[in-house]
Amino acid sequence: MKKSNLIKIIFLNLFFLTSLFASFETDIEALKTKSFKKKQQVINELVEKYSDDERTETLLKKMVDGDLFYTKKEGTFVILEKKEGSTYHTKTFLEGKVLEPQNKKEFNKVKTNNGLRSVIKSNLAQMNLFSKKKEVRLKSAKNILSNVDEDSKELINKALSKEKDSDVKEVLLEAKTIILAKYSSGEEQLQAVKDLSDFISSDTLATLKNLYSKEDISSELKKAVKSSISTVETIRSYYGVLEKAFFGLSMGSVLLLAAIGLAITFGVMKVINMAHGEMMMIGAYTTYTLQQVMPGLIEYSILVAIPAAFIVSGIVGIIIERLVIRHLYGRPLETLLATFGISLILQQIVRTIYSPLNQEVKTPDWMSGAWEINSALSLTYNRLYIIIFALLVFIGVLMVLNKTSLGLKVRAVTQNRQMAQAMGIKTSWIDAMTFGIGSGIAGIAGVALSQLTNVGPNLGQAYIVDSFMVVVFGGVGNLWGTLIGAITLGEINKFIEPVAGAVLAKVIILVFIILFIQKKPRGLFPQKGRDAQD
Amino acid sequence: MKRKPIILQILNNDLGGKIVLGVLALVVIYVSFANLVLPAGSTFHISTYTVTLLGKYLAFALLALALDLVWGYIGILSLGHGAFFALGGYAMGMYLMRQIGDRGVYGNPELPDFMVFMNLKELPWFWYGFDNPIFTLIMIMFVPGLLAFVFGYLAFRSRVTGVYLSIITQAMTYALMLAFFRNDMGFGGNNGLTDFKDILGFDLQADGTRIALLLISFLALTGGYLVARFIMNSRLGRVCIAIRDGESRTRFIGYRVEQYKLFIFVVSACMAGIAGALYVPQVGIINPGVFSPLFSIELVIWVAIGGRGTLYGAIVGAFIVNYASTYFTSALPEVWLYALGGLFVVVTLFLPKGVVGLISQIKDKLNKDNKNQESEVQNATA
Repeated sequence: MKKSNLIKIIFLNLFFLTSLFASFETDIEALKTKSFKKKQQVINELVEKYSDDERTETLLKKMVDGDLFYTKKEGTFVILEKKEGSTYHTKTFLEGKVLEPQNKKEFNKVKTNNGLRSVIKSNLAQMNLFSKKKEVRLKSAKNILSNVDEDSKELINKALSKEKDSDVKEVLLEAKTIILAKYSSGEEQLQAVKDLSDFISSDTLATLKNLYSKEDISSELKKAVKSSISTVETIRSYYGVLEKAFFGLSMGSVLLLAAIGLAITFGVMKVINMAHGEMMMIGAYTTYTLQQVMPGLIEYSILVAIPAAFIVSGIVGIIIERLVIRHLYGRPLETLLATFGISLILQQIVRTIYSPLNQEVKTPDWMSGAWEINSALSLTYNRLYIIIFALLVFIGVLMVLNKTSLGLKVRAVTQNRQMAQAMGIKTSWIDAMTFGIGSGIAGIAGVALSQLTNVGPNLGQAYIVDSFMVVVFGGVGNLWGTLIGAITLGEINKFIEPVAGAVLAKVIILVFIILFIQKKPRGLFPQKGRDAQD
Repeated sequence: MKRKPIILQILNNDLGGKIVLGVLALVVIYVSFANLVLPAGSTFHISTYTVTLLGKYLAFALLALALDLVWGYIGILSLGHGAFFALGGYAMGMYLMRQIGDRGVYGNPELPDFMVFMNLKELPWFWYGFDNPIFTLIMIMFVPGLLAFVFGYLAFRSRVTGVYLSIITQAMTYALMLAFFRNDMGFGGNNGLTDFKDILGFDLQADGTRIALLLISFLALTGGYLVARFIMNSRLGRVCIAIRDGESRTRFIGYRVEQYKLFIFVVSACMAGIAGALYVPQVGIINPGVFSPLFSIELVIWVAIGGRGTLYGAIVGAFIVNYASTYFTSALPEVWLYALGGLFVVVTLFLPKGVVGLISQIKDKLNKDNKNQESEVQNATA
């Protein structure tokens, strides 16, 4: 064996050993160099070696922002948190320990220039695209998709060869096809344009439309572009309809929540509760108050608010029933006037306590954001939860009325008050409970509403006419009618709205209901039987 | 035998009506005199503000009367009568708007200011004719009447009654409110119509014009009252009351209930339209707020407080509530909604026949006591 070879082996082994001992902590020391060229090299090495280390990303980001320093004395890397004149508030990069505020002379900045910054940025993009976390990769891929340029072609190809997740692959593929359609020529471009008809994002559509408006393209390509555009638009409009249906469903759910309570008080007890909207308002203000009381627990406050709103509104309802409505049974027009007066008083009370201004109720994190099904269809979580919630409440009320002894008594009192009394049912207690439950459900509706709109003294007014429309449309005294009525009106509204505008949509619906009552004066599901006329 | 004048014939057996109209006549004459003749420095001088206020109350009283006609006598609780009032008001507002001519801020002789502001080039078709006072006068009654006819025809034909009818009338005025709030409707959007200058060539700010409007309002109210009373004294009126008290029975006897209802509803709507037309020049503005369900329901409470089904009670109620409203909203604005809300509750619970009913109740009780005393005296002597 030659001596030189032996030295080489020893040297290689030594190198291997040093690399074995090398770590992120020691490697970043090299960043202290003054040469930008050297720094660029170091950064590329760091990314190569520690792309999965979260610290790499933080380090690079801080460096781009110019917030990365090291102390002159110990040479530890620190991150600038806050500047006060020439005093720097910092914390160590590796341990995250907060340091005493010191004068800026104590620190050296890890300087960057434009060239270095662009290197770092492209490295960051790459790192994300090859991250182990799927969400990070997906986000990065989407980012690339929304600003495609020819340079990212290589990166995309590299990522595609490694990518296993189908969602990320889909996005990358779309980005690649868009690049091909935009920047290639001839047969390749034609094929890419044809392939684009499989994708539905707005970026694809924009690319195709852009191509179509160009004048110097061949007629064959133009034809392909046109057919792809029509395919994409058809699919997108299909998803558009789905999205509208979803919005309609969520609006219907809000109406359902508002109208269930009304269906109970109006349909079952024959009481026109004009203060029903104010019961919703009370529920919404309960949510607001709870958030003020427990500011650190926004995530949970809404869960607490549901029973709380039910109880608060329910108790207010029972008080109203005992004080006023009890004297007015059998005189629906009088209950209308009296409860209208109550609604004015309740509104004014809220104005006095909380101010006449709208209050903002915070949305917990788990309710914000959207569920992206594909690039043309995403459903917001708050609406999704409200749909589910409304259905749960509906099923709950149905269960209470049909399966519990309270429900049985309520129905008994509804059908024949004297007979029920003779059977030993405390009718006045049942009346109070029924009204309380109806009001309590309105309170729950208020919790849901507080997540969609601002909470103010006029909150209830905006929904009272709509809720009555739902009950009248669906047929009084029938919960299923209320369900179908609410969803139908919600859907009609959302489908007319884009064509006619929000206000006209409401007007059209009111006219529609007035005409509908011509055919079915007692709603979709009229009460049948002997006492239905009264 | 000498025949009584026709007014007294109609008011025969209507002591309440005679008293209310008589008192109002005296007040109106005194106010006109004190405003026009007495010098401004005199303690007895009445300001133009008060004249306007009284005129507004008279317009509201006519509106309340119109509602009492349908609610008190045929049992239709309309929660949308404000819509007829507003339509009449808008018709008048359009006439007054056209009278401004080129004196607007933009000085456009053809287009009102808000249309210039909205970049409209020519007058919308439904504004044509409103520079003519006769045409306007017809429209003041025709537009609300037509709406009442179409709406009533549809509603009564399908036998929508009671609560359902109330809710639908409320929906009607709500829909109109939303529509009139739109800027592109051509009615000035949420600002409505305002900045009026003169009417039939007379300056709207002049005391004389104000007094004339006050007198016209009073005459309109009296006329409306006489028409309503005349209808209710006739056979038609008795059928109406029969419908109110037992609709199915009346139908069963053979009366075409729908037609009676429709007739009264349309007459009432026309009356409300006239009230609106009198309201606008005196107040100087008409905006979509008048279409709001709140106003229409408030109007119901005027009638309920005064006494439903008495006609003159509606007038009394309109005066009481509106005077209270004027007083509270300036003196204690916070309290007004509490007071109004409280009124709704108290009246429905404790005063089912209103203030007017309260008076006759007290009278009945006194009579009864007197009779009891008399009979005791008789018993004692026997």
